[in-house]
Amino acid sequence: MVDAIIRSDLFLLALTIGLFLISGYLFRKTKLMLLHPVLLTAVAVILFLKIADIDYSHYKESVALLDFALGLSVVALGYLMYEQVERLKSATLPVIGATIVGCVVGIGLVVGIALLFGMERDIITSIAPKSVTVPIAIAVSEPLGGSVAVTSVVVFCTGVLGSICGAKLLELCRVTDPMARGFALGAASHGIGTARAIELGAVEGAMSGLAMALTGFGTAVVLPLVEKYLY
Amino acid sequence: MKGLFVILACWLVGNFLSMLIDGYLSGNIIGMLLLFTLLCCGVVKKESVEEVAKFLLGTMALFFVPFGVGLIDSYSVILDNITAIVVATVVSTFGVIVAVGWVFQLLNRRGNG
Repeated sequence: MVDAIIRSDLFLLALTIGLFLISGYLFRKTKLMLLHPVLLTAVAVILFLKIADIDYSHYKESVALLDFALGLSVVALGYLMYEQVERLKSATLPVIGATIVGCVVGIGLVVGIALLFGMERDIITSIAPKSVTVPIAIAVSEPLGGSVAVTSVVVFCTGVLGSICGAKLLELCRVTDPMARGFALGAASHGIGTARAIELGAVEGAMSGLAMALTGFGTAVVLPLVEKYLY
Repeated sequence: MKGLFVILACWLVGNFLSMLIDGYLSGNIIGMLLLFTLLCCGVVKKESVEEVAKFLLGTMALFFVPFGVGLIDSYSVILDNITAIVVATVVSTFGVIVAVGWVFQLLNRRGNG
């Protein structure tokens, strides 16, 4: 009986959300990046699945609702873009220029380095959209044959890396314009970078959100072409 | 309720358009662009989607937990390529931050000066 409950959709969904809430609490208390709620929850769920002997495909089906909600939140990014439309108008040229540079440099460096290391095609596809927000990265890599688990982990690590080192790096490179700093954080490290940018200031946070949506969209447009012709 | 309908409708139309272009862009990404366009044209009022959109954006991190759990099956792929993945991730993350920061600052200065 216990087994039937543990394997039920309801239990697995409640478990995931419950663990996420606990992880969020721990993260806010400690502010340690290693305890990021997504990472902590994923590790806890993995341990649970191992102990309860439930395979991933069963789990994935049980929490299909979250998958659906992720699709909805990609559409909701359109609202995020709209909220920043005034800022977009006030700095059209830098925004467009920086978005293009962000997409090209981001995809170019990853694919270039991956080719140097002789990585397999599927893995290159999985990590190529690593600078953009997870839902878009998944929406891009999955149809091209990438592994979504690899994509989400690499995207996650990129976010953490950018959010920890980004501000320091921008200081070293003498980028002092708050709009530029925010945009750079969002373009390189999506939502996690945006959370950091909001701590730096309101302008930084807003620009970071805008950069996240625009580079996400740009990457979605460019990557299928790169995949088809360049590697 | 209305907000949820608008978002679902954008996604649905996005899926349809996605089929027309052979899935080059996925339906939800086209839906994102549709929602943005509808808001800009004033067809959809900001207030009607605000609540749902903010909820979705604020809870988004939860939604990708299942993909992280996918590591249970695919951690070996990452371990097999760990050096390349780490180098590619670090170099490109730093590269994007510096390049985007510089370009944005340069163009923004020129625009204001």
